[in-house]
This record gives sequence, C-alpha cells and structure tokens, in this order.
Amino acid sequence: MHKATKISNTLLTALLTVLSLAWIYPVLMILLNSLKKESAITTSSAFQLPNGATFAGFENYVNAIDSKGFLSAFGYTLLITITSVALILIFCSMCAWFITRVNTWWSKACYYLFIFSMVVPFQMLMFTLSATADKIGTSLTLGNLADALGFTVSKSAAEISLLPVNTPYGICIIYLGFGAGLAVFMFCGFMKSIPLEIEEAAMIDGCGPLRTFFLVVMPILKPTLISVGILETMWVWNDYLLPYLVLDRTKGYTTISILIQYFRGSYGTVEMGPMMACIILTVLPIIIVYLLCQRHIIKGVVAGAVKG
Amino acid sequence: MQRSLKRWWPVFLLPTFAAFCVGFIYPFIQGLYLSFCKFITIDNPTWNGLANYIYAFTDASFRQSFLFSAAFTIVSTLAINVAAFAIALALTRAIKGTNLFRTVFFMPNLIGGIVLGYIWQILLNCVLSLLEKPLLSLDATYGFWGLIILMCWQQIGYMMIIYIAGLQSIPSDYLEAAKIDGATSWQTLWRIKIPNVMPSITICTFLTLTNGFKLFDQNLALTAGEPAHASEGLALNIYYTFYARSGPQWKGYGQAKAVLFCLLVIAISLIQLRATRSKEVQQ
Repeated sequence: MHKATKISNTLLTALLTVLSLAWIYPVLMILLNSLKKESAITTSSAFQLPNGATFAGFENYVNAIDSKGFLSAFGYTLLITITSVALILIFCSMCAWFITRVNTWWSKACYYLFIFSMVVPFQMLMFTLSATADKIGTSLTLGNLADALGFTVSKSAAEISLLPVNTPYGICIIYLGFGAGLAVFMFCGFMKSIPLEIEEAAMIDGCGPLRTFFLVVMPILKPTLISVGILETMWVWNDYLLPYLVLDRTKGYTTISILIQYFRGSYGTVEMGPMMACIILTVLPIIIVYLLCQRHIIKGVVAGAVKG
Repeated sequence: MQRSLKRWWPVFLLPTFAAFCVGFIYPFIQGLYLSFCKFITIDNPTWNGLANYIYAFTDASFRQSFLFSAAFTIVSTLAINVAAFAIALALTRAIKGTNLFRTVFFMPNLIGGIVLGYIWQILLNCVLSLLEKPLLSLDATYGFWGLIILMCWQQIGYMMIIYIAGLQSIPSDYLEAAKIDGATSWQTLWRIKIPNVMPSITICTFLTLTNGFKLFDQNLALTAGEPAHASEGLALNIYYTFYARSGPQWKGYGQAKAVLFCLLVIAISLIQLRATRSKEVQQ
C-alpha cells in the first residue's frame, strides 16, 4: 500500500512537471523568437531556436523601445495604475466605512448600487462612457469656466482642462468610479467584522471621524487593503478597452495593451520582432513582481473570489 | 457615533460616489436611454421606441455571435473546472514541489488578455502551419478551439487556487474517519471531497460562465472575429457594431445589443446568487 502510494506520487510529480513545462513554454517561445531577426520570423519556424544566421541580439528590443514608444506607454500604464489604485484604496475604504457605520436608506442604496455595478458588463457603458469622458475632458476648460464667470484668461490658459479624464492624469477618476463596486464590496465585508467598540473608544477620547478612520480603522484593514490593491492592480494594468476608448490618442497617450495592438498594421502586416520584444518587456515586470509577492497575490485572489 | 459621522458624508461618501456617477451611473442611464433612440447624427438622438431592439433580434451576425459565445462558455466552463479541480486534487496530496507547481500554473492570470492573445496566436499559427492546416484567421473551428486552449491556459490556475483553498478547508477528521471506515479514494472523492467543496464549485462555475460571455480582449487579439465574423463572441460583436461600421444608426443598434447583453449577464448572476443562497440554507 505504502509503496503503491509512493509510485503513484512519483508518476504524478512527473506528470505535473511536464504540464508545468507546457505552461511556461508559450512565454519561453516568444522570448526565443524575440531574439531572431525580423526576416527569420515566420509562422512555420517559430519553434526553431535562434541560430548563428537568425540571431539578432537585442535589435528588436532596441527597436521597440526606440521607435515604437514602448517607454512612454509603459510610463503611462504605470502612472494610471498607481494613481487609480491609490485613489480606489483611500476613497473606497472611506466610503465603505461610512456605509457600514451609518445606517440610513441612502447609504444602503449606495451600497446596492455599487454591488449592481459589479455585474454590469463594460460593453453596456463603453459608448456613452467614452463620449462623456471626451465631453468632460474637452469642454470643461478654464476658458469656458472663465466665460461663465465673466473673466477673461489668456488663450493658452483657456485650453487647460479642469477635469482631464481623457488623459492619463485624469483617467483615474473613471477607474475610481468603475472599480468602486468590487472595492466597496470587499471592504464592507471585512468592516462588518471589526468591533464597533474600538472606534467608539477613539471617538470618546476625542478623535474626529477622519483621525479615527486613518489611525484606528485603516491599520486594521491592512490585509483587505492588500487584497483589494492586488485585484485592482491586476485589472487596471491589463485593461485594454477602457483606456483605448477614453484616452485621447491624438495626443500620443497609449498604454502597453494599446501599443501591442498597434503592431498589427491596418493592412494585415505585423512587425513580429518588435511586437514579441514588446510582449516580453510587458510580461517580464509582471513575472518579477509576481515571484516577489506571490503569497499576497494568491491570498488576495482567494479573498476576492470567495467574497465576489 | 452614527450621528456625528453622518454629517461627514461629503468627506467619506462623496468622492467615491461622484466618481461613480461619472464612471457608471450617468453612462448607464444614458446608455439605457440611447438604446431606444435613433441617431441622425451622433449628437442628435431622437426617441425611436423598440426599433433598435427589433433590429438586434433580426441581425444574423448577433445571433451567430450569441451561439458562438454560448458554445464557447459551455465548453470552456466544463474544461476549465474539471482540469482545475483535478490539478487541485493532485496538489493537495503530499508530493514534492506543490508550491512551485502552484506558482507556475497561476502565472498566466497576471498577463493581460491582449498580450495572451498574441502569444497564442503566434504559437497556434506555428502548430497549424506545421500540420499544413489553415491558419487561425482562416478557419473558425480552429479559432474556437484556439480560444478554448487559451482560456484554459489562463484560467485553470485561478480556479485551481480557489479549489485548493476549498479542499484545504475540509476538516481532516472527515478524511480520517473515511479512511478508518475503509473508503476507497474514489468514494472519498465523491462522498466527502466534492460535497464539501460545493461552495468553491459554485464560485468557479459562476466565474467561468461570466468570463466566457464577457470574453473580449482574448477574442480580439487571437482571431479578431475572422473569418467573416465566424469566430466572434457577443462582446466583440457589440464592439464592432459600435466602432467598425460607419453611419450613426449603428450606435443605436450597438447600444440595444449592449442592453440585451447586460440583461443576459445579470440573469446569470441572479441564478448564481440563488444557487449560493440555497446552499447556505442547507448548511
């Protein structure tokens, strides 16, 4: 019996090893192909290793970074992700605290609206959302505000947008609104288990609501903050359609997912080399971050799934 | 405390709620309204009753994309859940390297749908050309199965993590008692493990179902609906109705399709909610 278990375990380990190699292989294949010369990359030879004649070194990487604007897309993606997730964590946790502690019909209504928004697919909103964002971004300018108030401002100042939601600097507002559903839901779920006495003690000792929240509630929330942060980061970093429709691409605002789509030219030509270099440059930081904080990521996913 | 906090709503509630109005409530309500409108130009919608919905129901490409999405969802839900559960069972046994395997299987989840789509497009086209078969963009059957393989690769790890958490929460007394009573491992699986991970099964089924219908990025990057819209899911069909057709009337058709799509996803969620509720009552 014992021996049989041992043999079956060895077989199982072997099987899982083969399977996990198959899991890594697609990324590995892209890595190898990204080192080949553009002319050597064909559909039928993608499985061959690069050799002396086809090896191109880092030519494709230089190309992707230099002429395809990889760095600016990477920078914008990073900016959007960091600002959006920071806003979501701060404001949604505050909002969730208010909703759980203040028991009125309108706080409950807000809660159910947030829950409802989790279910609605993005296709329902995409046309109106991109039109709204465009309108807010281009018509809510300093010039128009000054006109309404009877001032005059210089022409360059008049073009400054007050709420530039169609730029990487302002799109975080839309992400805050759109990511609020999951975040508020998860925070509320956790908040219900925090004993009210701790907060009441702080309030009686003279803490205002803001200090109570940031000094007492926030530290208790830490595990949920990490889980929500990870789930929202995974979503914002990889999101394609929302930035594609909302960002003003005429001003050169792209994210990584949009950039990769650009390599497929409009006439069916694809610049395979730089595209694969771009894929590797995108995947590499994700894998590094994943290996560094795997435990948190997996925990965050489990927490999100069990509650969601 | 409730009293004193209530006055602070502009600080605590308002920022999120204002962003929520811009990002969700306003576009949602406007979207609902526009689905009943006829567009003469894009900025000039007029009330048009149910005409857009009638068009959506008679549109052959919409029906075809619904069938594609439904078939895709059924096959991918079955494949992903069975495989993920099997791997989770294997990884909860006492074998070496479970952590390493778990790390590897979960990895594809972190990569975005567009990137995944391109990775698999290159890989699958290479396999197909070596087998001297038509490429992905030329044959919808390969496109369909390519999408299934891609989604399995991406989602098995995620579902596996949820199943592992479920399997690990089964009290060890149950398993020991079964062993002492002489239950075979097959009986343990069906009589103890599966009934006890039912909550995980419901969650995973629901996640894979909605992901299947909502599938967009992967679909766009892998096949882009080629050939001739034959490998196009619902989400992609709606997107093309909005943005790949010229003429303002398509915006109304697209919005009507989007509302129908939204209703479908809400219906699935409600069924899921009832399923979870009824389980909770039993426990």
